[in-house]
Amino acid sequence: MVLIDEQRETQTGETRDVVLSVRDVTVGFGDTVVLDGLSLDVYRGEILGFVGASGSGKSVLLRTILGLIRKRSGMIRLLGQDLDKANDEQRLKVDMRQGVLFQHGALFSALTVLENIQVPMREYLDLPRALMDELAYLKLELVGLPRTAAPKFPSELSGGMIKRAALARALALDPDIVFLDEPTSGLDPIGAAEFDELVGKLRDTMGLTVYMVTHDLDSLLTACDRIAVLGGKRVLVDGTVDDMLACDDPWVKAYFRGKRARQIDRSARG
Amino acid sequence: MPPPGARNRFPLDLLHTNDGAMLTNSVDDASDAGRPSGQNGEPRLEIHEEGSALSCRLSGAWNTRTVAKVDARMRKLEAQNSLQHVGLDLSGITSLDTAGAWLIERLVYAHQSRGVEVELTGESEAARILLPAVREAVVQDGEAKPRPKGSIIINTLERIGRAMYEARDDIVYGAHILGATIGGAQMKLGRTHAINPAAIVSQIDRMGVGAVPIIVLMSAIVGAIIAQQGAFQLRYFGAEIFVVDLVGILILRELGVLMTAIMIAGRSGSAITAEIGSMKMREEVDALTVIGLNPVGVLVFPRLVALMVGVPCLTIVANFAALGGAMLIAWLYSGIPPEAFIDRLRDSIDLSTIFAGLIKAPFMALIVGIIASIEGMKVGGSAESLGNHVTASVVKAIFVVIVVDGLFAIFYAAIDF
Repeated sequence: MVLIDEQRETQTGETRDVVLSVRDVTVGFGDTVVLDGLSLDVYRGEILGFVGASGSGKSVLLRTILGLIRKRSGMIRLLGQDLDKANDEQRLKVDMRQGVLFQHGALFSALTVLENIQVPMREYLDLPRALMDELAYLKLELVGLPRTAAPKFPSELSGGMIKRAALARALALDPDIVFLDEPTSGLDPIGAAEFDELVGKLRDTMGLTVYMVTHDLDSLLTACDRIAVLGGKRVLVDGTVDDMLACDDPWVKAYFRGKRARQIDRSARG
Repeated sequence: MPPPGARNRFPLDLLHTNDGAMLTNSVDDASDAGRPSGQNGEPRLEIHEEGSALSCRLSGAWNTRTVAKVDARMRKLEAQNSLQHVGLDLSGITSLDTAGAWLIERLVYAHQSRGVEVELTGESEAARILLPAVREAVVQDGEAKPRPKGSIIINTLERIGRAMYEARDDIVYGAHILGATIGGAQMKLGRTHAINPAAIVSQIDRMGVGAVPIIVLMSAIVGAIIAQQGAFQLRYFGAEIFVVDLVGILILRELGVLMTAIMIAGRSGSAITAEIGSMKMREEVDALTVIGLNPVGVLVFPRLVALMVGVPCLTIVANFAALGGAMLIAWLYSGIPPEAFIDRLRDSIDLSTIFAGLIKAPFMALIVGIIASIEGMKVGGSAESLGNHVTASVVKAIFVVIVVDGLFAIFYAAIDF
């Protein structure tokens, strides 16, 4: 991540800095095509909420962007680097500037929370031991975990703490962009709200760009600057909550104006 | 060759490769596409000291990738305690992230807590957001005290004490498993006939029948080796025919059952520990308890029964295989024809020799099964713990099997069996 004054100006200006750009990406397994000519842009400093029906390919897109699934065609530029044309060293540089929070945390079960946070630091940076400890504690503090959580193993943590610890690991290298896969699933509404607040706060302090796959309507409403809806193998619509409410697509209508979304509807109109 | 856009990622490899350090050095000076200029480059620190006033000018990139270079100098500045006034000029900083902010705030806090006046000038907007954000962590770090380390003697004593308590727990839990096994599977409904024959038969198939080929092969080879070595030594005395006595008694009393038990400890003991352990990890054992089933009865009982049936049968198989191997070698190497071998064998061994070995088999099965189950139940939440307990299961089972074999030998000698 970088915070520079000139960058702040461009953010409010007309031309926005594109951090992630996905163009005409097609992904399939065997005979089934999951994503067909999908395009999407993510701008610097925004929180993008990504929604879609279960099985519509949200996770497939995320894993394709991260390079865990190969795509059939199309182009993905992450942090100004075309991932197909990147050699190993360029790819590594992109890796160092992205952080990923997997849905179930994916903390290394054999390492303590502190060691988990230090894994990327240990691999990529040449830091003195004392400074590495201090920075890991700093990351813990930033995600709102107590210092007493540091020597614990992932199996000793609650669901919410695992998410926070995994976020701390994703932030270990001060990335430019973080990918969050359903960060609030499995958290109680209060915990989820706190997590949303945390993501917003980190965006403001660290200048993060956040790509968030979520099903949580409250997260979409309170935390996200922009929402993109995946449907029919491509991005159906993207924009603010108002754009979502104005959309005529039946799935989008059902999602944002269904029973569970009534309150959003009301507050958006009111 | 990896296809475009795909790559192999094995996160755990990250923990062990040494390539990271090499790559790190090249990252700083290479140009980063897409990142605003000024991101790279050295962090610089110019220090001017006038009497008790210190003024520093910080410039360049202060981020996670570069701060290691100035960490030592910043710590030295922190340690200076003869100062009255510290001025930090941050205007030359081109990029700042939480790591850089941490170094600066750490210095500020160290001096402020000593009552030194600290003045910051030229902060960018980024610095104005980041410095207060890391402030809380700096304060907590200052208050946190390192844990006192115990002496070597106390640590050693502690380890011995823990090992003692662990051994006691193992014995108590072993007794519990044995008791619960006899108690049966059901816990709450009070149904007494809770034996599941299908589970037992399938376990016998996996742990008994499945082990036949390897046990036959191993026993035949061991029998052949003993026959060859024995014949070679006995040839000096012209008593080669006695190799039949040697092989018969050694295999039937000791080796058949011992080799079988060791092989089963490695083959089935590890599997039992891993199965029960991974069920424990995923809370399946807790689910059984909640449903009203006794986990020991459901998981351990069929395996234990299968082992108690399987190991004696496998021992008989091993005995035959070993004698077969010995017979073959006696024929080829010493020229003792199979008829003579069998004749001699009939004279040298009797039923008690066979039973002296076979009686041990159920005990060995019980030892392997119980130790494997105890270790499985002790598995915690991590993959590493599963590995540790599988190792412990096999090592302990083999060790106890050999010790118990020794105890049987002493017992037989005492009762002249």
